[in-house]
Amino acid sequence: MAERRLRIVHFLNQMFGGLGGEEAAGVGPRLVEGAVGPGRALAPALADGEAVVATVICGDNYVAERTEQAVGELVALVRSAAPDLLLAGPAFNAGRYGQACGALCQAVSAELGIPAVTAMADENPGVELYHRDVYVVRTGDSARQMASDMAAMLRLGRKLVAGEPIGRPSVEGYFPRGRVVPEIAPKSAAERAVDMLLAKLRGEPYESEVRLPRFRPIPAPPPVADLRRARVALVTDGGLVPRGNPDQIEFRAATKWGSYPIAGVNDLASADYEVVHGGYDTSLVKEDPDRLVPVDAARDLERAGAIGELYDHFLSTTGLANPLDNSRRLGREMAEHLRAAGVDAVILTST
Amino acid sequence: MTELEQAGLPVAHICTMTPVAEMVGSNRVVPGNGIVHPVGDAARTAAEERAIRRGILERALRVLATPVEK
Repeated sequence: MAERRLRIVHFLNQMFGGLGGEEAAGVGPRLVEGAVGPGRALAPALADGEAVVATVICGDNYVAERTEQAVGELVALVRSAAPDLLLAGPAFNAGRYGQACGALCQAVSAELGIPAVTAMADENPGVELYHRDVYVVRTGDSARQMASDMAAMLRLGRKLVAGEPIGRPSVEGYFPRGRVVPEIAPKSAAERAVDMLLAKLRGEPYESEVRLPRFRPIPAPPPVADLRRARVALVTDGGLVPRGNPDQIEFRAATKWGSYPIAGVNDLASADYEVVHGGYDTSLVKEDPDRLVPVDAARDLERAGAIGELYDHFLSTTGLANPLDNSRRLGREMAEHLRAAGVDAVILTST
Repeated sequence: MTELEQAGLPVAHICTMTPVAEMVGSNRVVPGNGIVHPVGDAARTAAEERAIRRGILERALRVLATPVEK
């Protein structure tokens, strides 16, 4: 069999690239011939004809502060080395490094059309950002397993370059990309489910075929120090919108949210509103929108001095059959809006 | 909800499916009065309903003013 050549370019941040710690985090992209630092740990895993031909290094802050420009410059450097494969990191749990690795892998695959593989620890925000688009090998949280982590990246990269089928995430050691891949199973779903249940009852290991979303615990924000001086906002995922649905919010899997004025309004009138939500009987809310967005009672409390003021808009979207990533984006946008509006606390009603 | 709290905004989450709220990480959950009207009660008179609504909001305000211990 003919020997296959595999030209690898390796991306490192300033620290792993040997340029220095935080004091060197601002250094711009540069290319060094051959392997550097962690790239040298790859040597025992390399087959004949495989080589790290160049290492591209860039400071964490340089990328974080001007990502688009930095990634463009890095892609140009990678291109100049004419690689077959890009390996980036491992970034372990270093956030800026992880985001740089993810962004570069994504750009290199898209623009140069070559496979790219990175590696990170579970809690690296780069995983959440890039696991759908980039193969991210799962590492521990420190560089202790550098050689085996690098070898795992190489194994996956090799298969990608050769166009070989890639196995399940748990087998190949990368973070699930949220893909559904058809395959012929030897047993029916019912038999597999019973097998899993029996394994569970026996205390034996089994692997679920359905990955449940992970909800990371959010530390509770501190309480409102003085509600009598606080600006309180009403938010709902029950889909209340002004009649005509001006933002065209969808009745399920909403991609939008809206902010609707209630300044001077003491009671929401049913004639002014409609409900876009396909997941519950909306007739009673249509009859009296305050049953979902309690403006009348909130005004009572405002007048009684229990709260400083009611924020002069309510925010609304439709929380139904929405992919989690999408819901999170809507939440982030709403949070940004509310912070900018000087809101101190939120009352959220969910149907 | 979690994104609002992530941004540092305390949230009183009024909902009927409180186990769901707890599963997704809501820290300040207030039981609502039904899927079809979290802050209403169509079986009551308008005055009674408004009092119920106000009661739920008062409870929401109490939880907003309360520290959460994990």
